Amino acid sequence: MSSTLLNGLFIFMLAGFIGFEVIRRVSPLLHTPLMSLTNALDAIAVVGAIVLVGEHKSTLATVLGTIAVIAATSNIVGGFIITDRMLRMFKTSRPTKP
Amino acid sequence: MNTLPVTQSVIEIIYLVASVLFILSLKWMSSPATARRGVQAGEVGMLLAIGGTLLQKGIVDYTMIAIALVVGTIIGIPLGRVHMTAVPQRTALSHAFGALCVTLVGTAEYYLRAPDVSRFVMAVLSMEVILGSLTFTGSLMAAGKLQEILPQRPLTYRGQNLVNLLLFGGAVFLAVYLVLHPGEKQLYPFMLAISLVFGVLLVIPIGGADMPTVISLLNAYAGLSAAAMGFVLDSKLLIIAGALDGSSGLILSVIMSKAMNRSFSNVLFGGFGQLQVTADAAGEAKTARSATAEEAAAILSAANKVVVVPGYGMAVSQAQHKVRELYDALTKRGVEVVFAIHPVAGRMPGHMNVLLAEADIPYDRMLDMEEINGDFPQTDVALVIGANDVTNPSARTNTTSPIYGMPILDVDKARTVMVIKRGMSPGFAGIDNPLYYLDKTLMLFGDAKAFVGNIVRELGGSEG
Repeated sequence: MSSTLLNGLFIFMLAGFIGFEVIRRVSPLLHTPLMSLTNALDAIAVVGAIVLVGEHKSTLATVLGTIAVIAATSNIVGGFIITDRMLRMFKTSRPTKP
Repeated sequence: MNTLPVTQSVIEIIYLVASVLFILSLKWMSSPATARRGVQAGEVGMLLAIGGTLLQKGIVDYTMIAIALVVGTIIGIPLGRVHMTAVPQRTALSHAFGALCVTLVGTAEYYLRAPDVSRFVMAVLSMEVILGSLTFTGSLMAAGKLQEILPQRPLTYRGQNLVNLLLFGGAVFLAVYLVLHPGEKQLYPFMLAISLVFGVLLVIPIGGADMPTVISLLNAYAGLSAAAMGFVLDSKLLIIAGALDGSSGLILSVIMSKAMNRSFSNVLFGGFGQLQVTADAAGEAKTARSATAEEAAAILSAANKVVVVPGYGMAVSQAQHKVRELYDALTKRGVEVVFAIHPVAGRMPGHMNVLLAEADIPYDRMLDMEEINGDFPQTDVALVIGANDVTNPSARTNTTSPIYGMPILDVDKARTVMVIKRGMSPGFAGIDNPLYYLDKTLMLFGDAKAFVGNIVRELGGSEG
């Protein structure tokens, strides 16, 4: 087992725990915006696709990478826009503290 | 420890900052007061990560990247501007896009590296591609069902589970073979194709009422496949983002399946809506009482406390704005109005909350099942709008009912129950609801939007 692999597993384990603890606290009220936000964040996969396109190692890789960048970017842009739109709608009936 | 070149160190530090921002982003989602800050943190993190990636020295061609980023943005903007009622299908579609990205990158990486792929990388790459491609087609099917391009009812056939099991087994077998012999390039397309078909067949038999669980599960798969991609590319940022998304999807899936008292495997392989035909075939002549909008308005205006129970029917008839008018009219008369929201009401987690928020109903009036259930005995009127199975008392009492054991909203404990419904036909799952035949229940037959509008008009008229 290589050390990069072990590092990766440690990071995955820790991030999984953090995700679990953080998301457990999200109120059911916000489960829909939560899902659209995590979706946008998940589109960070775009970084892998960008490298594929930019390195231009083979035509296949460039073509697949380009489609991948398009798909992920639309998730990033659309995901952030709709999450913010939804959250703006959530208002309380109590007067907000200044 | 070998030192990295300066640019590479800078990029890694940018990724580290982005990871912190992603975690903060989710942390701030815990309350509506800080949630928008969470979105901003996510946006900054994303911009940093993309900017840092563009610094990578391996990148020789920026034209295609720029074009792809622009095209993606052009597609993304309308997807962010869809109507709130279309949010479930939009979410399913974005799971499909995310999974598509992961699958394509995995495929490109395989063909670039094969046969020089270590066993571990081949194993995670296979996992990435299998999960990614089944999530891609599965999410497309889910989106199609939610958009009603595909039938919402479960499509089942004999031997379905066996076929699915064989397909999945086949994909895993090919994956294992590729791990042992990564050079066998001709096998890779088969693994991909089988997983794509499996995704279709996995979601086709699932009915609309199970969509909240399925969307959450697909969310978890999308996250896990992205994390697997992080292992392939040795990207810590991607592993973190994938793990966060995966755990989010997993937590939501657990909440949803608990709220239906069903296991994952039951949702995925159960084919809800099939077993119910035999249930409750006694056919005893039961009668339900119906009432007019005028009568309903009179009872509502005399109440002290009204609990509104919205369901998918409210979303279908887009009644949320009329419900808001009813809320205003009753609140003005001093009636306390709150909303009781079952975790699986609607088609995705939190669906009802978003629709009610869209209609400007304050979020502190929306209560979840645990918060509200103790209040029903003190409630004068429970007004059920387009919800069915989540109010069915057989879940508590009738051990032979297919939904027995599912936690429900105890609307039958309220003094009066009103149900707005198109007709007496049983709900999505095909289960008869004894709630409708109680003495204290009044059936209000009609379209949710029109009927609520009529009640509001009656309330306004008698006030004037």
